[in-house]
Amino acid sequence: MKFIKFLITGIFFGIVMAKSEAISWYRIQEMFRFQAFHMYGIIGVAVIMGVIGVWIIKKFKLRDYHGNPIVFYPKDKSMIRYIAGGIIFGMGWALSGACPGPMVVNIGYGYYAMAIVFLFAIIGTYLYGLIKDKLPH
Amino acid sequence: MIEFISQSWTWWFSGAVISVVMFTLLFFGQSFGFSSNLRTICSAAGLGNSVSFFNFNWKTQIWNLVFLVGAVLGGFISGTVLKNDQPVQISDATITDLGKLGFSAPVSIQPDELFSLESVLSLKGFLLLSIGGLMVGFGSRYAGGCTSGHAISGLSDLQIPSLIAVIGFFVGGLMMTHLLFPLIFSH
Repeated sequence: MKFIKFLITGIFFGIVMAKSEAISWYRIQEMFRFQAFHMYGIIGVAVIMGVIGVWIIKKFKLRDYHGNPIVFYPKDKSMIRYIAGGIIFGMGWALSGACPGPMVVNIGYGYYAMAIVFLFAIIGTYLYGLIKDKLPH
Repeated sequence: MIEFISQSWTWWFSGAVISVVMFTLLFFGQSFGFSSNLRTICSAAGLGNSVSFFNFNWKTQIWNLVFLVGAVLGGFISGTVLKNDQPVQISDATITDLGKLGFSAPVSIQPDELFSLESVLSLKGFLLLSIGGLMVGFGSRYAGGCTSGHAISGLSDLQIPSLIAVIGFFVGGLMMTHLLFPLIFSH
């Protein structure tokens, strides 16, 4: 039962991704062609609200519902992994029109072909794990 | 009410709800990062025995797998109860550009040219989807996160690494769209 709250949050996430059309390949194409504000508006509002909220959490040292402080861990300071990994991710995002979240939302929506994309995303993650020590980070 | 929710949601409302999802997960003591699930699935499949990257206690990540199941259900609800039959209202410029690549104007939210059964069963169609998925999975772990972990969570925390990653996402997306699409979809 302790997981039900994550199930409900996930349902909300799935619905907003679908109803905002962020799961649409067309919308991702439109974004990468700079031909509409839609996706930039979605991400922009989420980030602006996020910045304000995270600032408030830090400022007032807010705690989660267990009573533990909400902490943010700084990400590794490096360049290559973010640039190289980011570019590879972006190419896949534009081609399939979906990042990992929207892949599974699409499967639920009824676009079963997205299951192939998701399966290969798992394989891609496995390949990364396999060769990660040989890659520059 | 159902009809009202069934319309496509405007950008500012959608962005606000995504931010609420992120804060809800923080309040529950977790963080918003979807692609971690891919690594968790590899670990749960037992791949940690041969590859150390997957050798961790994946059971601490069950909450995120449950979130994933919720996302599938949310998609299902959106595709049934909350479905509207309007095609995606993309700009005319995009319709024209995609037309030159052989894509007809939207009739739903995804193009049949890529996601129909017929396309999936063709060699090219299958390869495009599988290579796309492979790059997303490989790239997100290499970069240490995807759109949720870097673009939403990371930028909200003003993390420079996340900004670099998001710039990378866009460089990759622009390369694919403007340099490779004309080669892939030429006809």
